Amino acid sequence: MRIGVPRESRPGETLVAATAKTAGQLAALGYEVIVEAGAGDLADQHDAAYTEAGVGLASAEEVWASDIVIKVNAPTDAEIARLRRGATVISLMAPGRSPELLSALQAQGVTALAMDAVPRISRAQSMDVLSSMANVAGYRAVIEAAHEFHRQFTGQVTAAGKVPPARVFVVGAGVAGLAAIGAAGSMGAVVRAFDVRPEVAEQVESMGAQFVRVEMEQEVSSDGYAKAMTAEQERLTAVMYDEEARAADIVITTALIPGRPAPRLVQAETVAAMAHGSVIVDMAAANGGNVALTQADRKVVTDNQVTILGYTDLASRLPAQTSQLYGTNIVNLFKLLTPGKDGVMTLDMDDVVVRGITVVQDGASMWPPPPVQVSAAPAAAAAVVATKEPPKPPDPRRKVYGAALAAVLFALMAAYSPPSFLGHFTVFALAVFVGFYVISNVAHALHTPLMSETNAISGIILVGGLLQVGNDNLVITVLAVIAVLVASINIFGGFLVTSRMLQMFRKD
Amino acid sequence: MAILTALPLAAQTALPLAAETAVTGSRLTGLVTAAYIIAGVLFILALGGLSKHETAERGNVLGMTGMAIALVATIALALRDSERPVGVTAVLIAVPMLAGLAIGSWRARTVEMTGMPELVAILHSFVGVAAVLVGYNSFLEADHTATDSLAYIHSVEVFLGVFIGAVTFTGSVVAWGKLSARMKSAPMTLPGRHLLNLGIIVGSFVLMLWFMNEHAELGGVPRAIIPLAIMTVLALVLGFHLVAAIGGGDMPVVVSMLNSYSGWAAAAAGFMLSNDLLIITGSLVGSSGAILSYIMCRAMNRSFISVIAGGFGSDGAVTGEARDYGEHREINAEAAATMLKDAKSVVITPGYGMAVAQAQYPVAELTSKLRAKGISVRFGIHPVAGRLPGHMNVLLAEAKVPYDIVLEMDEINDDFDDTDVVLVIGANDTVNPAALEEPGSPIAGMPVLEVWKARDVIVFKRSMATGYAGVQNPLFFKENSQMLFGDAKERVEDIVRHLSA
Repeated sequence: MRIGVPRESRPGETLVAATAKTAGQLAALGYEVIVEAGAGDLADQHDAAYTEAGVGLASAEEVWASDIVIKVNAPTDAEIARLRRGATVISLMAPGRSPELLSALQAQGVTALAMDAVPRISRAQSMDVLSSMANVAGYRAVIEAAHEFHRQFTGQVTAAGKVPPARVFVVGAGVAGLAAIGAAGSMGAVVRAFDVRPEVAEQVESMGAQFVRVEMEQEVSSDGYAKAMTAEQERLTAVMYDEEARAADIVITTALIPGRPAPRLVQAETVAAMAHGSVIVDMAAANGGNVALTQADRKVVTDNQVTILGYTDLASRLPAQTSQLYGTNIVNLFKLLTPGKDGVMTLDMDDVVVRGITVVQDGASMWPPPPVQVSAAPAAAAAVVATKEPPKPPDPRRKVYGAALAAVLFALMAAYSPPSFLGHFTVFALAVFVGFYVISNVAHALHTPLMSETNAISGIILVGGLLQVGNDNLVITVLAVIAVLVASINIFGGFLVTSRMLQMFRKD
Repeated sequence: MAILTALPLAAQTALPLAAETAVTGSRLTGLVTAAYIIAGVLFILALGGLSKHETAERGNVLGMTGMAIALVATIALALRDSERPVGVTAVLIAVPMLAGLAIGSWRARTVEMTGMPELVAILHSFVGVAAVLVGYNSFLEADHTATDSLAYIHSVEVFLGVFIGAVTFTGSVVAWGKLSARMKSAPMTLPGRHLLNLGIIVGSFVLMLWFMNEHAELGGVPRAIIPLAIMTVLALVLGFHLVAAIGGGDMPVVVSMLNSYSGWAAAAAGFMLSNDLLIITGSLVGSSGAILSYIMCRAMNRSFISVIAGGFGSDGAVTGEARDYGEHREINAEAAATMLKDAKSVVITPGYGMAVAQAQYPVAELTSKLRAKGISVRFGIHPVAGRLPGHMNVLLAEAKVPYDIVLEMDEINDDFDDTDVVLVIGANDTVNPAALEEPGSPIAGMPVLEVWKARDVIVFKRSMATGYAGVQNPLFFKENSQMLFGDAKERVEDIVRHLSA
């Protein structure tokens, strides 16, 4: 089958759906690949490079007449009209938000695969373009912020005085957020991050940032995406966003809820209270923005000199990199779709990945696909929460009651006991605590020798037997002799075996 | 000493003979008390020393010294207070002690390190027996007609001492039986077993009230011996039943718990004899055994109560059986040797199977061979691997594996990602991913060695049977794990042969 790679028609688009390298990989799967002349120019993929990789160059007409057309942005109406009936088009489509696109594709009688509908399961990670693009975009967001920010990120102590590090606050610890955390951290900034999914705290911390916690019940995500919050949760987080944003030099917001407008997290008042020269990068601008004053694809400077970047093309600003990653995702998809490596694409609808990305098949709507569970079973998820949150302390009053009861009992006992008993009891109580503390930090490897040692020492009961042997009652003497015998075995056996064990422990 | 200072000089000269005996008597008592204090301090230092490798041997020597001082002092006291001729008493002491020395040192010398858990368990039972006997003696010696508070307290002490001693005795015998495979290791679950235990405890308490208030004689023997004897039988049953209801997998905790009991038994004997050394030592052992059991239960993520109440692996074991886990792959010794040669980092996680097969020597040889090739070899020890806490460490130490490459679970668990090959030798439940991945599994929540994160896992196993907890192990069916069937010792020896070839 023939795969065509057209030039992107969207104004300003720099990406291409296949680089010379990935086009070659597609050819290796048995496909005939043709690329529209000049398609890769803006992504440093020149026509000559494609030719070298054994990929043919062709006109737009030829490309659009291919069996399969791969591109980055969703096809326009004009482009859809150029597709052959029965052809397949693969691109980003945002199927949840683009009903017109889907009906146009249906009317044309084509098959459409949406790269941004890959289910977030481990097996499909290699095709997850949203992750690859978000990764690049997160990095670029930090670069854009650094460009607008009038200071260095790194803190320094110089002969000319001390410079504090930039404080970066990242909202949303998805792929983009984590990439931003990594980039900002490596530039020397102090990074704090928040996400409504508590389970990502570990990932945030693994990237070297501090995870901001809000005291509330949080749900563990079962489909890999964040969920909308309840009213109470929202109120508490709003306060936190306000405080964190005011304290930060750079705020990078990446919060998206699938199929819905982006949540409004940073209000106009918060922006107004931020320091002069602060920078906000709103990575959710395409979906309405997380920040009140964001304008998509625009740079806004507020009255208090806070710069708000609403760029929606962050990934396209690193076109060579993004095209390579996107192209590799496409190659991985074709590896799945071409089990025979014979250049014949087969759509196996029993495969959740294939089913998930197929939004239109031969003119019939396939959207939305059945839901896919990506996380562990709900019960397991609950267990994860339980381990992460500190266990609820038991009712403190219970301890008080217990202590009071013990005190009363002890007082009663003391009042009715002869002093000699109390003396012994003092010794007993102190020895219990000594034993407790002496043993609390014992090395695990020494548990066995320790046990045989304490066992040997508990043979001290021999003392009891010894003192009774001299009694003139024959029965007592006989019992005492037996006690002495068994206790002696215990003492000598215990000490010797301990010493034998300890002699074996050695170090190189 | 008090008498000595209280007596005016004039009085001493006026009553030369009486003063003489009083002085020597009090001197000996004072010396004995001093000896007991020193012994007590030495015991504390001994236990403290055993918490680190560097000081452990010194700790043991301190313990022996303390014991020697205490015994010499006690024997002196016993001879002085003897109601029989001193010579007879001396023989009666010397003969059983020498016999004990002979038997004890013979057992200590000849025991296999793999048999250590059994030895420790049976030694506990001796303390139990001794406590019971001392308790009975203390009862027989006492004045049974007395009704003052001291007499009541003494009765309680005797009763408790015998009770704890008896429970320790049968409990240890059962633990020994299970550990040495003379008894079935599966938990014995009688219907209403908790009620049975509770009934025995309540019954014993009622018997204690009878025992305290019984002052009559019956043919020269105090009648109070009847409740004491009944209670002893009940306590023996309780000890048997308590431990019989606990599965083999929990034996490390049980042994350490019995260790604690034996300490409390000694402490109770100390109370009835008004002997502070016994009290100090007994409570030291008692509390250290208790904290040790607690540490272990925490390592298994199980509550102490639930272990004592018994029945590990008996409740949900079936959940693991019915599932289809897929196919396991086999590997032979030669391929395993090649895989090890090409590795940079190897971790060995031994379990009870290594002890059973006596594979620690070939494992040590394998370790030194691999280390000689510049391959990093470390050991990951689960807190409850084996049948006794620290069991694996003892075996590896016996085979002269340097202890600084033998790491605890927490120290090594994060390193499995960077490990090339993991050798699982006779371990099963402690490397079972089901503990983390399957909430319904009977071992769910127990921290385990996360060996499956390594590049390759080789599992040494005799067959596909389940471990002590009776739970199937999904590790065996993971893509990166391969099974090496057969006797662990022979298989490791095979690998060593292929390594040198």
